[in-house]
Amino acid sequence: MLKVKNINTYYGKVHALKNISLHLGEGEIVALIGANGAGKTTMLNTLSGVTPASSGSINFLGESITGLAPDRIVKNGVSQVPEGRQVFKGLTVADNLELGAYLRFCSRESKDAIRRDMGHIYELFPRLEERRKQMAGTLSGGEQQMLAIGRALMAKPKLLLLDEPSMGLAPLVVQEIFTVIERLRRDEGTTIMLVEQNAKAALKMADRGYVLETGKVILEGPAAELLENREVQRAYLGKDKKEIWER
Amino acid sequence: MGIWDREHECMPREELEQLQLERLQATIHRVYKNVTCYRNKFNDQGINPDDIQSLTDLANLPFTTKEDLRLNYPYGMFAVPLREVVRIHSSSGTTGKPTVVGYTKNDIKTWSNLVARFMTAAGVTHDDVVQVAFGYGMFTGAFGLHYGAEAIGASVIPMGGGNTEKQIMIMQDYRSSVLVCTPSYAITIADRLEKLGIDPKGLSLKVGLFGGEPWSEPMRSEIESRLSISATDNYGLSEIIGPGVAGECSHKCGMHIFEDAFIPEIIDPETCEVLPPGSTGELVITTLSKEAFPMIRYRTRDITSLVYDTCECGRTIVRMKKTMGRSDDMLIIKGVNVYPSQIEEVLIAIEGCEPHYQLIVERKGALDSLEVQIEVTENIFFDEMKLQRAFLERVERRIESIIGVGVFVRLVEPNSIPRYEGKASRVIDKRLI
Repeated sequence: MLKVKNINTYYGKVHALKNISLHLGEGEIVALIGANGAGKTTMLNTLSGVTPASSGSINFLGESITGLAPDRIVKNGVSQVPEGRQVFKGLTVADNLELGAYLRFCSRESKDAIRRDMGHIYELFPRLEERRKQMAGTLSGGEQQMLAIGRALMAKPKLLLLDEPSMGLAPLVVQEIFTVIERLRRDEGTTIMLVEQNAKAALKMADRGYVLETGKVILEGPAAELLENREVQRAYLGKDKKEIWER
Repeated sequence: MGIWDREHECMPREELEQLQLERLQATIHRVYKNVTCYRNKFNDQGINPDDIQSLTDLANLPFTTKEDLRLNYPYGMFAVPLREVVRIHSSSGTTGKPTVVGYTKNDIKTWSNLVARFMTAAGVTHDDVVQVAFGYGMFTGAFGLHYGAEAIGASVIPMGGGNTEKQIMIMQDYRSSVLVCTPSYAITIADRLEKLGIDPKGLSLKVGLFGGEPWSEPMRSEIESRLSISATDNYGLSEIIGPGVAGECSHKCGMHIFEDAFIPEIIDPETCEVLPPGSTGELVITTLSKEAFPMIRYRTRDITSLVYDTCECGRTIVRMKKTMGRSDDMLIIKGVNVYPSQIEEVLIAIEGCEPHYQLIVERKGALDSLEVQIEVTENIFFDEMKLQRAFLERVERRIESIIGVGVFVRLVEPNSIPRYEGKASRVIDKRLI
């Protein structure tokens, strides 16, 4: 579904992504894990066109989306849930959701269809329905995360990019959000790329994973195997400290 | 026949190549970071790990040879700390020091599944009783097949090598349906069955998985008719992972190489150039999913060729032909790798023995035999028969302890062994394989 080859992305002079190649199959959940500054968020921003790559190719559903503007990429079926939710705090929950469907309004899609999808979001997150007339800024962190996911889903993406959905949330809320992510894949076949600090939780849910280190992929494999990998455990799951090797 | 891992064995080539590239790039980054030998080699040639942007860029990387493994004996090539290694195996080395390889927990899992792939392709299912008649111990063969069979859910009998009559008794009583051993040992079993007057059709055997040494199509026919089984070949070497690199499916038209885990290349052993698809040359392998012991462009020294057209079984991965020889002087005697230089060293070490020698390899019945002929000199000539025999026995024991297989040592007349200019050909292999 998604094929990325040799992506290089710079932030000014900082070479943030170095020759990254990765892929996602239809209906897969793939986790990107790595320490702070490894390039996880940059990877998502590059995929969504927010921080375009300087070289390399991105192919989505058989079409090149390399270098396309973010709105065109959304139209192609890729939505991102940004780090720190970034909901429109001064707007109501319902308005936030409607904005997620902005491009669909622009292309004159029937309002009924959009309303139906909104109903579906409320079904996924009943709490959003309860608070639909409330300003987004008054929601709790968990609710804002739900809203951010809901807003991304309103664009009817085939690929959902999730950036740190668990950040700063209580464990119970994290669980709730992860349950919805799993449901999205199960019931709707949404393909998901998940960036997480919480590597263990992410790998438990994912099918496969990529481990990033200073802008490079150093490991690819089934999530269960990455969980078992001592290097991953040490670096990202906080087990064992690295010592000089004894030969 | 079933397919163990349809996703990876039947991948469209384009998807496979994407996966290979991703895994290759990750592997290169890991070895560059963790293995001094690779880092030095890359730096010496001015290679930056980021330069690998396509599968064809692999051809720019330096080869890894058995010599590298020897120089980094024992753990220098490991890409993880020793405490993450859960298993160590080794194979014979050229200079007395063996090659050491390691596996992490994940590597053992990967290995089991790779072996399960070719066992399934050969027709093994969870209903089978698998008799493993490879020697356990330091060799990878027995363990690989053992794990593969367990992964499939078959019942494994870890019989080990030798003791043919007991093998047959167990085969009868435990109703073994799958036999795992070297092809020559399969013939030994067939001979013994014949001698004991046991009809193989009365046994439960249906599949044989044979490896560890090269064997021919006529030998396959012989084994199949005499044991009344389907006999398949598989390929592997401990430096890469052990068995599980490639194996035949029931169509028996070449061994499918598991390309999501290994990238094969064929090179000209003299010029080291990569040869176009279909050419015959030396097989070079790069591992893509190993943690403890990744190998970049390892020169297997085995001569073969690759077949890229799709097999009737539905697997899309490339196949390798049966190996047709070696690009070095390694001999495979009874499934054990033997280098003439190992024997030469013993001869040099034994006082007074000039290394004018010759190795004669023959197949007596089904089993290989190795004779070491040494030209007699003053130093090793004894008037007394008893002393002479004791000397020869001492040499035989020394050689056996180094190479791991028994040999016969015979003295021959001075100057009776041909002298060569340049590269000596010290081996006469009379086996017709």
